[in-house]
Amino acid sequence: MKNQSRWYLFFFITPILLWLFLLIVLPHIDLLIMSFRMEDDAGDMVWSLGNYLTFFTEPIYWATFARTALYSILVTVLTFVIALPISFYITHVVSPKFSGFLMLLLLLPFWVSELVRVYGWMILLRESGVINHFLVQLGILNKPVEMLYNDATMILGLVYTSMLFMVVPLISVLESLDKALIEAAFDLGANMWVVLVRIIIPHAMPGIVSGSIVVFMLTLGNYLTPNLMGGKNSLWFTEQIYNQFIASFNWNQGSAFGFLLLLLSSLIIWVGLKLSGQTLSKAVK
Amino acid sequence: MHIDLSVQNITKKFEDFTAVDSVSFEVEQGRFFSILGPSGCGKTTLLRMIAGFTEPTQGIIAIRGNNMQGITPNKRPVNLIFQHLALFPMMNVAQNIAFGLQRQGCGKAEIQKKINTILDRVDLPGFQDKKIDQLSGGQKQRVAIARCLVLEPTVLLLDEPLGALDLKLRDQMKVELKKLQAKVGTTFVYITHDQSEALVMSDYVAVMNKGKFEQVDTPQNLYNHPATPFTAQFVGDNNAWSARITQMSDTRASLVTPDGNTFTVNTDDPSFSVDDKVDLFLRPEAMVIQPDPSMDKLNRFEIIVKAILFDGANSRLLATPINSAKELIIGLPQNRQFDHVRPLDKLEIGWHEASGICFPKDEAPL
Repeated sequence: MKNQSRWYLFFFITPILLWLFLLIVLPHIDLLIMSFRMEDDAGDMVWSLGNYLTFFTEPIYWATFARTALYSILVTVLTFVIALPISFYITHVVSPKFSGFLMLLLLLPFWVSELVRVYGWMILLRESGVINHFLVQLGILNKPVEMLYNDATMILGLVYTSMLFMVVPLISVLESLDKALIEAAFDLGANMWVVLVRIIIPHAMPGIVSGSIVVFMLTLGNYLTPNLMGGKNSLWFTEQIYNQFIASFNWNQGSAFGFLLLLLSSLIIWVGLKLSGQTLSKAVK
Repeated sequence: MHIDLSVQNITKKFEDFTAVDSVSFEVEQGRFFSILGPSGCGKTTLLRMIAGFTEPTQGIIAIRGNNMQGITPNKRPVNLIFQHLALFPMMNVAQNIAFGLQRQGCGKAEIQKKINTILDRVDLPGFQDKKIDQLSGGQKQRVAIARCLVLEPTVLLLDEPLGALDLKLRDQMKVELKKLQAKVGTTFVYITHDQSEALVMSDYVAVMNKGKFEQVDTPQNLYNHPATPFTAQFVGDNNAWSARITQMSDTRASLVTPDGNTFTVNTDDPSFSVDDKVDLFLRPEAMVIQPDPSMDKLNRFEIIVKAILFDGANSRLLATPINSAKELIIGLPQNRQFDHVRPLDKLEIGWHEASGICFPKDEAPL
């Protein structure tokens, strides 16, 4: 009996371990080694910290890095601010039979690939796009303006892309919130704001943290949306990594940037967990 | 005496369903007032209207003479204890109690003092730092009461707060709640479907059915002089027996049941006349087993015991009158006098003509 259950465990865990090891761990070890190697003047590969030093000596690199981190935090906060009322509305305001339909509406855009969705936004926002056309027709604008390729549009696109990953965990925690708690708080003299800060947010904390981690990581590592909607001005750190690998064929430099991004996301998530008083195990549950 | 809560012609309609139908009552200061009714009778809707969570379709709710129309729950001088208590699990006991005080803008030291006082009062001294999930059912109950009482509401509303407790604890909490109410002197409005809770604790009980009050009276009067067939059957146990009036005088009526038993019963209802169909209500304890032959004004008949329903002090006999399938429940005193009774025994039963109550035949019995 015991042998059998051990065999089952082995059977199911092997593919996962193989997947993790072959596709995640092994390439990363290779990248890590690569990031510490550099061509010397003679053109030979030698061990070096030069790739990491380049990052700190070239302002464009660390400025892009800081910008990416700050904007990712901003996107996470904005996504949360928009997703909380939506989730609350779906779980506690509309009738249960309607809430399933609303969930479906949220999911529907995600059946289309991210690329197509971003092009959708571009069709709406570009100079010859739908919104400009209507604004000019209505006489609000004299001539079309370019709404793409600025930071605001990029953040709009990133928030839109991240919405679902915040709404789903929030809905699952808010579903377990007893309506009587909110009523009790009102009964004891609280207003909307106090109910939100003292009852709803503390209750939803595990969902907020897990949603924020997912949104933050997806945004930080997003390449498509900043590139297409932000254009050349987007200066997203993933683009720097892409440039090193593809444009400059400098895989060693690209690896170093990749690891810096990994460190950055781990660090910010750790700080976020500490600030919110949550633990990773509680958030992923 | 001041009137703390006055409800006048309050009505609540949900589309085409009338949950509360023109209910009026007043509660004097310091009273323990209960609203007793089966589930779905509209009592929770009524309570929620008083608390302010539901807007009445019609009617006036006034607390200490102030009309409460348009005043939100967080501005009303009433507090509600929820059915499942609704203690905040993200806070400890002290924070739960402090919640309302902070909303009133009390200072830190004052809040601290009030928390200590109220926890002493509900017999939970030193529980400030306990988490909610560390408390037992009875302790949670008391924290929920403390959380409301600390705000010194004019009226405390309680929505079946004992429903989730087990029987022993519920009996204990009934007594405690009654004592606590007497001690603090706050007006309590308590809703329940459990007639024993209502009878034990209340000064006045309103029996509610299908959105209307059937009777508002003291527990003793509800039990001894029910005004409607519903009250007679809902408050305490009762045997309902259909009968026909054969003879009528000023104070007494003679009845015959379909199985041929003839009884005499006291009644002062002038609307009865001969040949009316009535329901006769007899309490289990009103029926005496093997009454003394010398006793006067007793209706006597014979029964066959079907089963003995032993339940300690609340033991009963399930029996049928001779030549009848009508099942009756008869009180079986546990004074060892009737230990010999066995199923299929034939016994004589007697009841005093003043202890039966007649109502016109109810078309839709309970």
